[in-house]
Amino acid sequence: MTSELVLQLLLTVAAALVGVGLYGALSQQSIVMVMMGLELVLGGVLLAGGAAWFFLAPELPDAQMLVVVALVVMAVEMAMGFAVTIAIYRARQVDMVDMATDLSG
Amino acid sequence: MLSDLSGWAIAAVTVLGVLSVASGIAVFVVDSMARATFALLGSFLAVAGVLLALDLVYLAVVTALMMTIEMAIMVVFMLMFMMNPAGLMPMTMVHNARGSAVLGAGAFVVLVLGIWLIDWPTRDVSRPPDSTRQLGEAIMGSHMLVMLLIGIALFATILAGTVLATARGRYDRFGSGLDAQQPADPVPGGLPR
Repeated sequence: MTSELVLQLLLTVAAALVGVGLYGALSQQSIVMVMMGLELVLGGVLLAGGAAWFFLAPELPDAQMLVVVALVVMAVEMAMGFAVTIAIYRARQVDMVDMATDLSG
Repeated sequence: MLSDLSGWAIAAVTVLGVLSVASGIAVFVVDSMARATFALLGSFLAVAGVLLALDLVYLAVVTALMMTIEMAIMVVFMLMFMMNPAGLMPMTMVHNARGSAVLGAGAFVVLVLGIWLIDWPTRDVSRPPDSTRQLGEAIMGSHMLVMLLIGIALFATILAGTVLATARGRYDRFGSGLDAQQPADPVPGGLPR
């Protein structure tokens, strides 16, 4: 197999993760399940970053830094998501996104 | 140019890639929320396995450790906030499923078109002997600004998460003007301002 083909296959897997995660983030009603969809999207970014480093520019650390940033975004999203979930549930027992439409125009 | 990956590595990457997507789909298919969480963990562990095959040892280990702990915490939140954590009765909690599926599939198709139509560069690249050392030197050298910003962002997250998750703040104890003489604590004896 040529390295270009392997790269394309890996990026296709990453695109599938992004697509599935996008579906989940848009369709789920539970706040925690929405967060799981976003995590899947970020998992796709991790995979694409790793593949880009290995096949395109392993002599540079930039793609590795991108993976590190994606990992940090995951951690921040998770921490803030749980904090918001607790806050809104404590305030008015809301655990679904459909019940928290205060900011909808 | 032939791939630098060995035949075994390519086979492993293929299996793990399929596994990660299958687990990702299972997250939104299974009834039980606990099962959905562990399906997500399976997806991330497969991604970590691919990173391992790509010689990114440190990032693979960080991903696996971080996601294992994160999903363990997430199971607790699932049990706290979901109305059907064990999946004892089939239920779906979705809105606008068709539109979401179209958007998800559309994003996938656009990305795949780009991936397979682009003429990717093929060149002889020099691999670093140790990818972890390369990352470490970048963090402590040329890419230090990224790490500084990450540090600030994580610290802000700690503060914001604590503030949001606190049940009773100073306004609950001393009123909206912070002018109460005695704090309104459920059990007296709390610290004054």
